[in-house]
Amino acid sequence: MLVFVVKRLANAAMVMLVVAFIAFLIFRFIGDPVNLMVNEQATQADRDELRTRLGLDQPFAVQYIRFVTNAVQGDFGISYRNQQDVMTLIAERFPATLELVLAASILSLAIGVPLGVITAIHRGRWFSEALQFGSILGVSLPSFVIAILLILVFSVTLGWLPAFGRGETVQIGWWSTGLLTESGRRAIVLPAIALASYEITLVMRLVRAEMLEVLRSDFVKFARARGVPRRVIHFRHALRNCLMPVVTMTAMNVGTLIAFALVTETVFQWPGMGLLFIQAVTFADIPVMAAYLCLVSFIFVALNTLVDIVYAVIDPRLRDATA
Amino acid sequence: MSAPTDPTPRTGALARLRNSDLWRSFLSHRGAVVGAVLLAVLIVSALLAPVIAPQDVHDPRALDLWFSELPPVWVEGGEWPYILGTDVQGRDILSAVLYGSRSSILIGFFAVLLSLAIGLTIGLVAGWMGGIVDNLLMRFGDVLLSIPAILVAILVSSLAMQVIPSGWRDVTAGAVLVAAITLSNWVQYARIVRAQTAVERRKEYVQAARLLKVPARRILAHHILPNTLTPILVAATLSFGMAILLEATLSFLGVGMPPSRPSLGTLIRLGNQYLFSGMWWIVLFPVLQLSLLVIAVNLVGDWLRDALNPKLR
Repeated sequence: MLVFVVKRLANAAMVMLVVAFIAFLIFRFIGDPVNLMVNEQATQADRDELRTRLGLDQPFAVQYIRFVTNAVQGDFGISYRNQQDVMTLIAERFPATLELVLAASILSLAIGVPLGVITAIHRGRWFSEALQFGSILGVSLPSFVIAILLILVFSVTLGWLPAFGRGETVQIGWWSTGLLTESGRRAIVLPAIALASYEITLVMRLVRAEMLEVLRSDFVKFARARGVPRRVIHFRHALRNCLMPVVTMTAMNVGTLIAFALVTETVFQWPGMGLLFIQAVTFADIPVMAAYLCLVSFIFVALNTLVDIVYAVIDPRLRDATA
Repeated sequence: MSAPTDPTPRTGALARLRNSDLWRSFLSHRGAVVGAVLLAVLIVSALLAPVIAPQDVHDPRALDLWFSELPPVWVEGGEWPYILGTDVQGRDILSAVLYGSRSSILIGFFAVLLSLAIGLTIGLVAGWMGGIVDNLLMRFGDVLLSIPAILVAILVSSLAMQVIPSGWRDVTAGAVLVAAITLSNWVQYARIVRAQTAVERRKEYVQAARLLKVPARRILAHHILPNTLTPILVAATLSFGMAILLEATLSFLGVGMPPSRPSLGTLIRLGNQYLFSGMWWIVLFPVLQLSLLVIAVNLVGDWLRDALNPKLR
């Protein structure tokens, strides 16, 4: 067991080192940091001085090691664009993204699970087929298309919900939340639906497939024979047996959602990390890009590793198979 | 399923195709037929864009500001021949959508083709050689998959914009997108082929071929590769849809096709700016076209996955 955990952690660390290496390469070789940081009148001596101060005259490997050491301590340098500490910038934006992603995850479970159960129980009926077809729409329409359609209907035409921004936020310590104000809650509705649309479909399809499997099993047949009410069979016995993989998938997809949130954030001008990243891309603000890449990959890899380890704890058979 | 590419006479191949299980399952699946017909219409109309589009959207001289901001013809104020209206520069929306689909389809197609070429080769080599080569190649793939695909693509695409001089960007944008999508797309094919190759390699027919001193390259290409093609076909169809979506997303974010050579994503980005000015047609028609395109691909892909899955037969 210990061997498995250590191997899995080493693997994750390896991946992160490679990601950090890519981020470092970008940081080091796309545009000369010195040229981007000094002003026009700087003399060659000034440039050399800055180069030495930034450690850019050191050997390649030394620079990489220092980049990793700094990154682990959360130091990604100074943003080229607004001369602020990159990690502070990202930390300011992080709550907005996390709230959006969690809202979308909860939404996808709250909508996806019932839909999956309905399509499984009423397999072959017209509304179930219609929902199945609807799920093809869900995987086919990109989130920005759904976002635009939502804005077109609910903001432009009906005027019910705001189309951009986060509304009023409340500061709790270093965390800023929009969930405590009326305008904040109204602002999160459309972005959360747009971000969740793909996930809802995934949850629905997975629940449906799992339910169809469970409904064929002997214990469900036995429960039926015993005369247990259908609703109890479906929701208490069958659904419970499907929820494990669904919850796992939703947890693992939080990483993907954080990455995809950058699209939703761009459409809704949601002030999260993704919007920060896209703005950094337009301004070639390399430190911000590198930091975002490392951070999102870290969350992604950490979640995957965590799920793998938890699974191995629960199911000993997996330890040898994947170790 | 291999009928269309068989070297047997054409009529024979067609007859065999018409007689196959796959063809019958296709005809009995409503979604697949609708999807395939829709896809065929969309692809043909997009590829013929330079011939059938009323306006050449790549030529700035074809734009006429006099006819800008026109709504579709069935709306008050619309004018022929601008069936779907025009945007603020006088660009005919119908032509823009046709040209845009052409870019989207071509980029998606070449991205899948390149991913297949790389993925199949790496998968075959890794599965055949095993050992350290296998380990290195597959770990490399793991790393690529441990970063979200969209992030990989945005990075490649935006870094290319930094490196490539501005005069060249319009010309290279398509190729950059193909590369950006391919970078994370090939891994899935490599994994499928590698797993299959590692199994087939040990089978007797391969051993026999090796004893006969058939060169490894020939064994891989003629004996092992055909055995891996069924799951590859399904994966390729579904990822054609994904590639189109990814391209659209990148262009929408402004790191894809430039406004002078718009794809559907670029058109949606440009139209999105006029969402609040009441000019809904600028954004709505590219959105519809993109949706139809991906839905059609996914309808065919879903059917193919079920039809070729031996467990569901």
